[in-house]
Amino acid sequence: MVKSGSLADRVLTMLGRDPAKAVEFRDEAVRLHTLRREDPAAFRSARAAARTGHVPSHRWRNRRWAVLVAVNLLFVVSFWLDIQILEGALTASRFVGFHLIDLNSALQVMLAHKHIIVNLVIGTATVLVLWLLLGGRSFCSWVCPYHLVSELAEKLHLALARRDLVSDHDFHRGLRTVFWLVFGVLAWVTGYTVFETLSPTGILSRALIYGPGLALAWVLLIVVFEVAYSRRAWCRYVCPIGLTYGVAGTLSPVRVVYRLDRCVHELDCKKVCLVPHVLDPVVRGRAAAATMPIGPDCTRCGLCVDACPSGALAFEIKGLSKLL
Amino acid sequence: MDERAPRPVSKARRATTRRRFLRSALLGAGLVAIALAGRVPVARAGHRRLRPPGALDESDFLASCIKCGQCVQVCPVEAIVLADLPDGYGVGVPYIDARAQACDFSCDAVQCVLACPTGALVYRKPVFLPTRDGARLARPPILRAKAKDPEPTLELRERMGLARLVRPDACLAVQGKPYQGSARGPAFRGKLRYMDVDRWKPVAVSSRRYDLDLCDLCVRECPIQDAIALVPAEASAGAARMRPEVGESCVGCGVCEMVCPVEPSAIVVEERATW
Repeated sequence: MVKSGSLADRVLTMLGRDPAKAVEFRDEAVRLHTLRREDPAAFRSARAAARTGHVPSHRWRNRRWAVLVAVNLLFVVSFWLDIQILEGALTASRFVGFHLIDLNSALQVMLAHKHIIVNLVIGTATVLVLWLLLGGRSFCSWVCPYHLVSELAEKLHLALARRDLVSDHDFHRGLRTVFWLVFGVLAWVTGYTVFETLSPTGILSRALIYGPGLALAWVLLIVVFEVAYSRRAWCRYVCPIGLTYGVAGTLSPVRVVYRLDRCVHELDCKKVCLVPHVLDPVVRGRAAAATMPIGPDCTRCGLCVDACPSGALAFEIKGLSKLL
Repeated sequence: MDERAPRPVSKARRATTRRRFLRSALLGAGLVAIALAGRVPVARAGHRRLRPPGALDESDFLASCIKCGQCVQVCPVEAIVLADLPDGYGVGVPYIDARAQACDFSCDAVQCVLACPTGALVYRKPVFLPTRDGARLARPPILRAKAKDPEPTLELRERMGLARLVRPDACLAVQGKPYQGSARGPAFRGKLRYMDVDRWKPVAVSSRRYDLDLCDLCVRECPIQDAIALVPAEASAGAARMRPEVGESCVGCGVCEMVCPVEPSAIVVEERATW
């Protein structure tokens, strides 16, 4: 039996299982849950107060977009203006000479080629440490160019959905884990980096730096699929890069933390979240403890932090936040 | 703990779950099928590319290339470009279109090899990777531009390909014809290092005008020593007829193909051809 909110539960949730239901609750959590039940009037007024005082913010989104654009722009100008700060593309690059190699691309090459040279190890290890410190999937929302494209496609999807022109069809979240395994096996067996052919991250990054090509048609196809049929489908159900970085960031100190005492259970956070299953504790009565870290599938995008009317979700740097 | 019976699942919910499972299976199978379709262009014969110097054998090269384009960024003549979707698994993998812009080794050090982070381009192949007969160069190639340097050789052990006079009838030298003007016309955008202009700065091929009694552009501009020479063509009446003959030193860089003034080029590099 996996305990709700435990590390195992958070990892299994990332791999595709539904979050475990809490059986044992901490005393503080029990007290807070009971309070909401026994004094509904007080809870209702807390909820109303949160709503009236809340000005929708885009603080984290704007910061994130700025970083995402800046990183990708740095790749572009490094080549175009020949300033050589960040040479290469997202799959592999050199930052002022230091090798950086994308974890998933490195994995594909290692499996396909079955031979690992020193520079590949150095670059991969550097990136592993970097994203372990910075939160794993924060790569997705803070760096990946497809994430930004997909966020805009999502806005369009939601606008069309409000007019009943499209509807969201979900897939099993375990599909991404299956893809991760299948593409790993395919790389090993065929000797080709099969996933790289499809990866919109690599295609977009190269298109930005080296100029557009036909491969962008494939990216457009994914966008159309997401707009017309399934919200954020690539990031949610397909992309093995996300899972690779998710695993890398499992023990990362940078994360979003949930505080039950501040929560008014409006679920605004789940509505904006790319991976709403990580926000399972925010549903009324589910949090097993008064404070709960959000699981490794979280991309640290901060949309929930912006959306929460009562400050129940906040970024935390484990260890450091206590010190400050 | 009491044994609770599993909560009854409604029919509608079961149907939803089943539909979602089917959808997921379809998406899974569909995407894997699309991914595997990338094999088709790779398997198709005759769709080969001239790879940058130091490239591993084709299948090893495709396996090890991480598609980052760092080789593209360091090339001083911008000879290297990345392949697009029609190349299937080869999407994002570097190649050289020698007719448009050949590798003229004006970087001296084969910078693209130095830039490669995964060992797809190498100075020295790892021992367990096979070397095809005739791909290995008999001796280190001597770069004509460096001929007077203490170390005139190029750090290259295998050839990229081999130049071949595929259209001898079109060759101006074979016809005994002179050549005047720039090699490929004023609109041609290719670059070449001319030692008498600037050792470190390749300039436009269109900026150089030739006035030759007998066309010898391929021999004249070849960056490698003893890779190509004009030899007398079969005895014939009248004008001196010569034929470019490719030697074993040829590394397959493609400069001869780029500068050949006839259209289409009389001499081309056959990628990965062996001696």
